[in-house]
Amino acid sequence: MRRTVGALLRKELLVELRTLESVPAMSLFAVTTFVVFHFALQRSSVDGDLAAGILWVTLLFAAILGINRLFVADADQGGFDAFLLAPVERTALLVAKALALLAYLVVLELVAVPAFALLLLGPPLGQAMPDLLGVLALGDLGVAAIGTLVAALAVRTRARDLLGPLLALPLLVPIVIGGARATSPLLALGHAGDPPGRWLLTLGLYDLVFGLIAYALFDFLLED
Amino acid sequence: MAGVQVEGLSRHYGEREALDGVSLSLSEGQTLVVFGPNGAGKTTLLRVLATLLRPHAGEVRVLGSSLPGDAWEVRGRIGLLGHEPLLYRELTARENLRFHARLHDVAAGRVEELLARVRLEHRADEPLRSLSRGMVQRVAVARAVLHDPELLLLDEPWANLDPAAVELVDPLIGAESDPARPRTRVICSHDPSGGLAEADVVLGLRDGRQALLRGAGDVSPEQIAELYR
Repeated sequence: MRRTVGALLRKELLVELRTLESVPAMSLFAVTTFVVFHFALQRSSVDGDLAAGILWVTLLFAAILGINRLFVADADQGGFDAFLLAPVERTALLVAKALALLAYLVVLELVAVPAFALLLLGPPLGQAMPDLLGVLALGDLGVAAIGTLVAALAVRTRARDLLGPLLALPLLVPIVIGGARATSPLLALGHAGDPPGRWLLTLGLYDLVFGLIAYALFDFLLED
Repeated sequence: MAGVQVEGLSRHYGEREALDGVSLSLSEGQTLVVFGPNGAGKTTLLRVLATLLRPHAGEVRVLGSSLPGDAWEVRGRIGLLGHEPLLYRELTARENLRFHARLHDVAAGRVEELLARVRLEHRADEPLRSLSRGMVQRVAVARAVLHDPELLLLDEPWANLDPAAVELVDPLIGAESDPARPRTRVICSHDPSGGLAEADVVLGLRDGRQALLRGAGDVSPEQIAELYR
């Protein structure tokens, strides 16, 4: 299966590199949203709960853009059929797509977090960065599992642009809540402490549960 | 052994019956040519045989395996050339074929061999979107036969091809590409004389129903033309 995942992931990243359809749109959306928050809040800087909320909500909506496009090339150009005709495990497609989405989220955060620190965040990020990266990674895993599942479900419907966000948003809200709660002390003035363990645990469990649900359901989503 | 055996196959899309009670039998190594007007159910039949669509009624056996239950047994032994090339427009011909080669566990050398046989080595590193439709069809043919399938399902395989290109792809999709292992083929066609020349068995479809099923020797081009009236 590793070989198949490798082939699918390579194809996925090549197509994104050539089309630049997902990651630039996600990054641009995030930066624009921070600019809008900057003016809408009429504050030069934010910290604590508000900063964590803005960061996670922005990342969530930017992720939706990537989720919506995750299977579009496959659905429009026959990639699904070609994959289904191959003697390979269906799960390989789930893993490859989730890894691709994870890669998109990492690139998004490489752009969005410094932009957030520059445009909105009051306290310096330096000290909080290692913990913040850990919380973001936990959130990304959940977004990748749920996003891949929802994208596979939505892409075969006529209203895929509407159905994707409608299905994804309620499922992703717990990640935003957990992520924001875990991030809040990291972005507080004077760095109020480590991320609360129970929210990290919540995020980890949520990732695990949806990883298993995606694994169990994905084959059926590809069937006629 | 029967290459394809279908008994009472029905398939619908919502209220519309795309296939209704189709039955046929095709021995290994034989070629079935399916004729019928647009919307007659030809593509649906191919997609059912390719394991991409489930039959809603009836029994379907492909290369000895019952569908849809044992579909996993025959995936990888079927080559499908449909209306869509099943290739990514942003990737080059070589990248597309190498991607499919990895999925089918085929050596990279086969990709180069096929690019040479469809005479596209010189354009193999250009994105597919920059190639003409005929060239894309040649890449699609190479993709369909990349893993040397036992059953070839071809939906108007000569579409978009000029006479020179037809000469290039014919040996690849022919029944006797490998004399040691004759290929079973199902071909959808609108060309009565060309289709009959390829056929061992002829199936005529009209509105999803079987209007004709005979040996190729017992069918005239006029009878096929009648299907379209």
